Amino acid sequence: MIKQISVFLENKSGRLVRIAQVLGEAGINIRGLSIADTSDFGILRMIVDQPDQAIAELKEKGIMATVTEVIAIEVPDTPGGLAKVLAYMNDAGINIEYLYSFIEKPTTNAIIMMRVEKINEALEVLKKQNVPIVGDDRIYSF
Amino acid sequence: MKNDYISPEERAELQMKGLLQSVAHAYNNSPFYRNIFDKAGINPNDFKTVEDYAKIPFTTKQDLRDCYPYGMAAVPLDKILRIHASSGTTGKPIVAGYTRRDLDDWAGSVARVCEMAGVTEKTIVQISFGYGLFTGGFGLHYGLEKLGATVVPFSSGNTERQLSLMKDFKTEALVSTPSFALYMAETAVELGYSPADFGLKIGLFGGEPTSDAMREDIEKQWGLKATVNYGLTEVVGPGIAGECQCGGGMHILEDTYYPEIIDPKTGEVLAEGAIGELVLTPLCKEGFPVLRYRTGDITRLKAEPCACGRTTRLIDYITGRSDDMIIIKGVNIFPSQIEEVLAGFKEVSPHYRLVLLKQKGFMKDLEIQVELTPEGFSDRYKELEALENRIRRYLRSTLSLAPKIKLLEPKSLERSTGKTKRVVIREIE
Repeated sequence: MIKQISVFLENKSGRLVRIAQVLGEAGINIRGLSIADTSDFGILRMIVDQPDQAIAELKEKGIMATVTEVIAIEVPDTPGGLAKVLAYMNDAGINIEYLYSFIEKPTTNAIIMMRVEKINEALEVLKKQNVPIVGDDRIYSF
Repeated sequence: MKNDYISPEERAELQMKGLLQSVAHAYNNSPFYRNIFDKAGINPNDFKTVEDYAKIPFTTKQDLRDCYPYGMAAVPLDKILRIHASSGTTGKPIVAGYTRRDLDDWAGSVARVCEMAGVTEKTIVQISFGYGLFTGGFGLHYGLEKLGATVVPFSSGNTERQLSLMKDFKTEALVSTPSFALYMAETAVELGYSPADFGLKIGLFGGEPTSDAMREDIEKQWGLKATVNYGLTEVVGPGIAGECQCGGGMHILEDTYYPEIIDPKTGEVLAEGAIGELVLTPLCKEGFPVLRYRTGDITRLKAEPCACGRTTRLIDYITGRSDDMIIIKGVNIFPSQIEEVLAGFKEVSPHYRLVLLKQKGFMKDLEIQVELTPEGFSDRYKELEALENRIRRYLRSTLSLAPKIKLLEPKSLERSTGKTKRVVIREIE
């Protein structure tokens, strides 16, 4: 499973820049991210190459951050590639809270980060269906 | 208790004696009052009548703030056994120090107020006021012990556990803020209990202003008799006035706390029955004496005797302190009420800012900005939104108005040791 860093962001200018700077100055590489917002606040979700150091660094700078475990899977970069995997989860009654795609060096597959409610069950389903699961070594060191 | 039933003549005698003693003590032992008397050119050792007493200048909240921390002391600090302080929402806290005798007298006053409310030595009472610098928790605690009641010192927070203990212990009386009593009722219903089945008989409410609607709502939900009591840290804490079983106002313990009603603009002492600002002089205070303290509370001293037979006069329920009240959509709101609510949530810090949204010259809405704590932060939007809704719901039962809640990053609100600006006004389209 992959450690994802989540940061609470008030909707005001300069917040995202600040976080990117803190991580950049600490030599931490942001590998992928997703951000959504409500009218008042947002949650920034990131995959970085050194998650533990990133948390420590953010906390030291007074930025509230937390770790969430997510699953990384590889799906064919072709029409219907994602749909097939989502159908497996749906059939197994596993609710996906959110997902986003991950930046990777050019290959024929896409990498999807997925946050689900029942993480262990989800992994079982994916393994049974032979969906390639991407390990943390590969994600952090792309 | 005895002093609740004495004749007016007997009371006047006690008051005169107490006033002379208090004034002499303040003059002889408090550098603060010595300075005030000298500046006004009066020597209280010459005082003979209550009219002389009316020459003493009023003491204000600002005076007490300026004396932070120990400027009001009239005994050496080693005689002080305990220190309490007000929350200091609008500036430096106000400090009160108590000698052994002060603590004993204070507990005696609180015991009288609890007895009026219907508490006896057989009653099991849960205290859901915070225990700490706030005078509410410890004040009620020692007063109830003095009365001989069985005290459950729960303190504030952890509503679900409060409810389950209250049920298991067969608690009959509850000490809390009125808003917390309402919130507990709501939580009880959510947990599938019926509040009326708890068997609570008496509510002793204080710590914030109340309205008739709020008291009636509490009585209906819990099936109890709601009584309100009154006090303030600057004078002593709770135990200055309290409601008996008859309702209609609060008996003020005027043999112990000498009351006057003044015109808040001119300072003129008003006749019995007139509405004005309550001014109090505790007649028994050794540690941090205070004379003619302007409470900022608007009320009146009623001439009509109470059906319970007590001879102490009634004052009207306090609907709010005049100086920090905010009016939105016709609803009176006090920052202290909001503070009390936020203190119950571990997901947010006690730092907050009130933003009054003003439209075309009218106060249209209230936004409460509050900082998340690490405990409150979740990676899930729905959990953060649920938190906002929970805070909003609790505030709605307290304020009769549902404000907008805005979550902020930790430490994003300005901290200052001096006057914190907690209320800002924003014009909206």
